[in-house]
Amino acid sequence: MPRSDTGKLSLILLFMPFVLWMVLLIILPQIGIGYLSLREKLGPGQYTFSFANYADFLGEPVYWNTLLRTAWMSILVTILALIVGFPVAYYIAKIAKQRSRAALFLMCLIPLWVSDLVRAFGWIVLLRETGLISGFLQKIGLIGGPVELLYNDITVVVGLVYTVVLFMIVPLVSTLDGMDNSLLEAGYNLGGSRFTVFRRIVVPYAMPGIVAGCIIVFMLTAGSYLTPILLGGKNSMWFTEQIYEQFVTRYNWESGATFGVLLLAFTSFIVWLGLRLTGQSLASTVAKD
Amino acid sequence: MNVAAPQSTFLRWIYGGYMLAFFLYLAAPLTAAAIFAFNDSIFPALPWKGFTLEWFFGSTEPKLGMFNDRRLMEGLWNSLFIGLTVSALSVIVGTCNAFLFERKQFPGKSLLYVLMIVPLVIPGVILGISILVFASMIANGVEDTLDLEWDFLRPGTFLVVLGQFSFLVTITSLVIAARLRKFDVALEEAALNLGASRLRVLATVTLPYLAPALFSAFVVAFLVSFENFNTTLMLVGSDAPLTITMYDRMVKVGSTPVLNAVSVFLMMGSGLLALLSIVAQRGKDQPT
Amino acid sequence: MHDLQCEGLTKQFGRHIAVNNVSFDVPRGSFFSILGPSGCGKTTLMRMIAGFEEPTSGDIRIKGTSVISTPPNKRSVKMVFQHLALFPMMNVGENIAYGLRCRGESKADIARKVTAVLDRISLPGVAEKQVSQLSGGQKQRIAIARCMVLEPDVLLLDEPLGALDLKLRERMKIELKLLQNQFNTTFLYITHDQSEALVMSDNVAVMNAGRFEQIGSPQELYNNPRTGFVAGFVGDNNRWPGRVVTIAGGEARVELDAGGEVIATVSDGNVRAGAKVEVFVRPETISLGEGKDGNRLSGAVDSLLFNGANSRVLVRTTGGNLIEVSHAVMDGSLSVKPGDKSDISWRREHCLCFSVAG
Repeated sequence: MPRSDTGKLSLILLFMPFVLWMVLLIILPQIGIGYLSLREKLGPGQYTFSFANYADFLGEPVYWNTLLRTAWMSILVTILALIVGFPVAYYIAKIAKQRSRAALFLMCLIPLWVSDLVRAFGWIVLLRETGLISGFLQKIGLIGGPVELLYNDITVVVGLVYTVVLFMIVPLVSTLDGMDNSLLEAGYNLGGSRFTVFRRIVVPYAMPGIVAGCIIVFMLTAGSYLTPILLGGKNSMWFTEQIYEQFVTRYNWESGATFGVLLLAFTSFIVWLGLRLTGQSLASTVAKD
Repeated sequence: MNVAAPQSTFLRWIYGGYMLAFFLYLAAPLTAAAIFAFNDSIFPALPWKGFTLEWFFGSTEPKLGMFNDRRLMEGLWNSLFIGLTVSALSVIVGTCNAFLFERKQFPGKSLLYVLMIVPLVIPGVILGISILVFASMIANGVEDTLDLEWDFLRPGTFLVVLGQFSFLVTITSLVIAARLRKFDVALEEAALNLGASRLRVLATVTLPYLAPALFSAFVVAFLVSFENFNTTLMLVGSDAPLTITMYDRMVKVGSTPVLNAVSVFLMMGSGLLALLSIVAQRGKDQPT
Repeated sequence: MHDLQCEGLTKQFGRHIAVNNVSFDVPRGSFFSILGPSGCGKTTLMRMIAGFEEPTSGDIRIKGTSVISTPPNKRSVKMVFQHLALFPMMNVGENIAYGLRCRGESKADIARKVTAVLDRISLPGVAEKQVSQLSGGQKQRIAIARCMVLEPDVLLLDEPLGALDLKLRERMKIELKLLQNQFNTTFLYITHDQSEALVMSDNVAVMNAGRFEQIGSPQELYNNPRTGFVAGFVGDNNRWPGRVVTIAGGEARVELDAGGEVIATVSDGNVRAGAKVEVFVRPETISLGEGKDGNRLSGAVDSLLFNGANSRVLVRTTGGNLIEVSHAVMDGSLSVKPGDKSDISWRREHCLCFSVAG
């Protein structure tokens, strides 16, 4: 039949770019770093298959401490972003009047389009010794001399939450937006208190959005580079910094690739765990819009 | 009465206050960065020494304005070039993917769909190094066996484009697929029924319907590409895009108000583009 | 001469047979309806005629020529879609001109034809309007005009009134019939609403589970249904299960499952003594009180259902069947009230019985 032939042809034509993209830019490169990480350099141009790179990682506490620190700070940032972002998303989706809703949403989005660098730079201008906040505090006499607010963990967390909170708000707003107010009315009508209505109706309804936001925020945080480096200074101990250092400064690609594989495996594991615990799937959350 | 809102006035005030504080938090660093672009001092810091536009238009050291700073301008052009190329590519491939997943049936579809989303949850650094490693492997292999020098596989603009493309396709695919999903296939059938050829249906019915999504996918891809740092950092060669140039400047020279000026410029540019995309989307959605 | 002929048309989706060996002819210039419940295969049938589905077997002929291998954009069959499918990215004039442009007609011809067709549907001067500015009924007419401007051999209409509200639907029924007269084109109309089919059509095919149950004029279907399905689907009907006791001279004595005995006209070949049957009596043929030479059941008035000219008296027989009896004039003069004992009666020829499978 000629018509089913054209159907097949167009399927193949549409498949081509997808396959090229997936295989050449995602799958093979990932296999590539996996392969590289299992290679040990014996001499110039001489390699052997071994787990030596992974052994190095385990043998050096700085490395795995950095990974663990990155992980728990990322989780902390994710939780904080959820706590900070949820009320904002709820306000935009459910409380704000129709007209101000769009404006508020827009205000949330505009910083989204400004690069990490500019945002981090803004924090530096605000927080450093000669920065605005230090100056302001001196002026009102709260402190005697200039105070350095950069280069500590709290600043890094505040800066990271700032960088990622928008990615939490956007999916939350779009899920909460779909929630009909009559669900809440039914909840109250059937005798629910504010707390039970929130816990039994709002949170379950928003779950796909919460999970989507958390996944994106967690991955962005764990993979971020600029914010921890610039706000945390040289001793920020962020794992991506280690990867960069191995690749660029030490030119040790084998060990850099190992770190890359470890970071990917680790973050994937946490995302998988999160999906598992909440009973969601990647397609139902991240790809919802 | 809005059942979703807090009922007591006191709680409403607290909630309102929280929202205000949140938006102040959002605005603070951007405002701070913006203010010092206009300070007539060689440090982006207090005290305020008067208003100036030197950091934009100044032509002499030490107050060399951004528009006269050759390296920054080169970075800006590189960013524009990379951004336009990668956005165009991602929109084209994203459109193909959207049609593939919304219109076609094939075995393993749901699995491949998840695979399509995966690049979004791979940290950018890892996309960067994996493409760097893979490209270098090919380049080394070609050099060893065929004795050819494939320079485009060494760090440089081509790899930056590939690196950004690798995850931007996911974003454009999702944006375009979302619009295509809402498309009523009966419109295409109606056009066919009225005698149009398949190609004509695509050009006169389907693509015009998708146009707002194609446009906003392009804008999103462009903005994300423009501000991308993590993936680009690993793949960049001698002709670095703007964010990398700025970062170099910040690390090597320390912060200077010219960076504030670039930030203001970027904020205005991205804000304008984002706004344009939203307006375009809205204009098409509600024809009056 | 037939504008459209279908012969042994079958469509199978995997194991499911959506359309099963359907044959029919539509004479030139007539209004032909296909009436059936949702999921009976009528949309699949129409999509095959339009060319959007390929039949598994069978033939479709338009003006005598088979179109099985003709792609949908080359068939002289135009279609009004269920939700009209007017192009939102074009204005009204561009919508109507679309097919003419595809044919490559000249600009002047297109402009002239668009104006002419808008005049014919009595919507002159709307060419520059956006589709979203039109009312439901206007959109309806534009969708028809968009097809009619191409002068098709057959116009297919896929439940186009489904989305309209009741009042507008009633008006559009009449309007569609007038448009069909005016254009004098063959209309093939698909619907699940029996009143749409009865009011507008010259001929109606009743479709069920992929097959045609009966083809005939609206009166034939209503008065002489050939299957139990048609009797139940076309118009209101009382339906009671029962069992045949004896048959004589085309009449069967049926014992109702709920008690009582009636005499019914045998309406299909499978009704034999002892067979399970269903008995159908239309509400308007039943009268309260004793009639002569007919069936009679005794019961009591259960309730009165007022609905203007369609008002009903609900009578519960002693056996427990609930029977609808038409009572067009329901004003103060009604002699019965709920609870009253009342017999009901009807003539034998108004009582049909059909065999039940299994």
